[in-house]
Amino acid sequence: MSATQEYVQNIRDTVTSFWHGMSITLSHMFRRPMTVQYPDRVDVPVRDTLPPRYRGFLEMDSAICTLCQACERACPIACIAIEIEKDPANPKQRIMTRFDIDAAKCMYCGLCVEQCPTGALQHTREFEGTMVNIANLTFRFVDPTKPVTAYKLPKGAESYPRRMLGEIVQQQMRAWDAPPPPFIPEEPAPAVAAAPAKAEEKAQ
Amino acid sequence: MESFVNETLVRGLMHENPATYEYTWLVQVVWMVTLAFLAGTFGAVISGIYTWTERRMAGRIQSRIGPNRVGPAGFLQWIVDAVKLLLKEDLTPKDADPILFKIAPYFVFLGFVMTFVALPFSASFVAADLNVGIFYILAITALVVVGVLMSGWASNSKWALFGGIRSAAQVVSYEIPAGLSLLVPVMMAGTLSTQGLIQFQGGPQDGAWWQVGGWFWNWTAFANPMAFVAFFIFFIASLAEGNRTPFDLPEAESELVAGFFTEYSGMRFAVFTLVEFGNIWVMSALAVILFLGGWEIPGVSHAQIAASPWYGYSLISGGIFVLKTLLMSLVVMWIRWTLPRIRVDQMMNICWKYLVPISMVLVVLTAANELLMAWASPLVLSLLHIVFFAMAGLLPAVLFFKQTFKNIRLMGDRVDLSNW
Repeated sequence: MSATQEYVQNIRDTVTSFWHGMSITLSHMFRRPMTVQYPDRVDVPVRDTLPPRYRGFLEMDSAICTLCQACERACPIACIAIEIEKDPANPKQRIMTRFDIDAAKCMYCGLCVEQCPTGALQHTREFEGTMVNIANLTFRFVDPTKPVTAYKLPKGAESYPRRMLGEIVQQQMRAWDAPPPPFIPEEPAPAVAAAPAKAEEKAQ
Repeated sequence: MESFVNETLVRGLMHENPATYEYTWLVQVVWMVTLAFLAGTFGAVISGIYTWTERRMAGRIQSRIGPNRVGPAGFLQWIVDAVKLLLKEDLTPKDADPILFKIAPYFVFLGFVMTFVALPFSASFVAADLNVGIFYILAITALVVVGVLMSGWASNSKWALFGGIRSAAQVVSYEIPAGLSLLVPVMMAGTLSTQGLIQFQGGPQDGAWWQVGGWFWNWTAFANPMAFVAFFIFFIASLAEGNRTPFDLPEAESELVAGFFTEYSGMRFAVFTLVEFGNIWVMSALAVILFLGGWEIPGVSHAQIAASPWYGYSLISGGIFVLKTLLMSLVVMWIRWTLPRIRVDQMMNICWKYLVPISMVLVVLTAANELLMAWASPLVLSLLHIVFFAMAGLLPAVLFFKQTFKNIRLMGDRVDLSNW
């Protein structure tokens, strides 16, 4: 190829590569960007797009817990804390006063779920656990004032009545976002204002 | 503009006779300073807006979205960025030359903002309609190199010095093809004044409606093949002068951190960025003035513009100019996100082996063409321009968009402008 031919060829290459390159980038301008605008501008919550076997926060339904403690023994890092004692009213009855899972400590291995005989303990698809205080990440599945008794396995049963998966965890997570109780207790209303209110109550 | 000051301001507002009133010159100077201040402020604001536009555009080209949270479509992002930069610490490195280091941004900014003195915005809005306007702009932009070299040297950092030297080599080289290709419209119009160059693209003033005003075929770029090629050469050269990709070697962030402003922080850094983005406006406005018809309104003659009040054709002409320049700026950004950066030797090759010889040939051919076409009547010229526009402007544009939509189809995608 002579020098002149090469010179002209270079110019032609430049023009055609500009032509095709600019056309490709322009075509991207008319196409929909791939970006998913997580978390606030998504069509469905990301939780609902996750696969069913996703290992999110653990959830325990105390209604079908047999109090076997297999999960606590299976946990390699001891993030499950269970307290079981005898019912003072009925010494033959065992009651569970505490079932805590520290989701911040949990490594989502799923060993506890495999041990659970009734499926009371399962992974949910919840994962958005951003906290101001890490202590809040401890899920408490048993209210100490309402202890739980053991669930009796019905003979021959193949499945057990469990609450909807994720319901309990979601309820607790909503409590995280709720406004805190007032630090200073509200002052009692002045007596003058309170009197007519009482009068109204009596009238009703 | 002089008539505007004389008639509207002196006679209308002050009720004096402009010919005998002794302070007419003062009114004119105050008016010019006001216009220059407005134009300079506009330059600062538009460069801020460009940072947002560029990021949004880059986003779309890369199938992303870009900043879209602050204000409608993220428009206020540039204000947030400016406030952030204002609050940053203004550092001077220990071993830097303190005086040169501190004044370098002002030189760069001066070289940028002084161009607005001669840049017109509409038929009546120009700070000073110099008779050497385009020459003045070309000369004053060279002041940027002084500031860049100064910052590169004073930073006492090898990255900054490399950037400064590269910038000097690049801008000095590319002044030549820019100047030569700029001669083509200057020779055709026979003037260096920016307003004169635009008025030249108004077609024959006494012609039919399709001959008069800023129709596509009256633009210099579509006047003849020489001017068409000169437009591209001028555009490439001004990209290089404005340090835009693919000629952003002076700040090559993958090689030189940030080039000549590596050591700068806070508002001094912001001034460099402001100039970089403001130069997009300057280079687009120059391309529009010289080749793309400026503020000419299709189908409206100069006499009609002069006769209408300021809010009439004059305002429309300003709108047309701003719109054209903004579209041109989008092309500048579009090129940035299409092409990779070239090497230093390639940059010199393009300039000295391709742009300079070709633009020299163009200058000679244009001179010959001016002599050859002297016989043609305005009607014949208009028809020739229309034919050339259809061949060089319309046909490639249609083919280009066909190619673009073909690209979209080939990717199995469709046109979708949602997800902003």
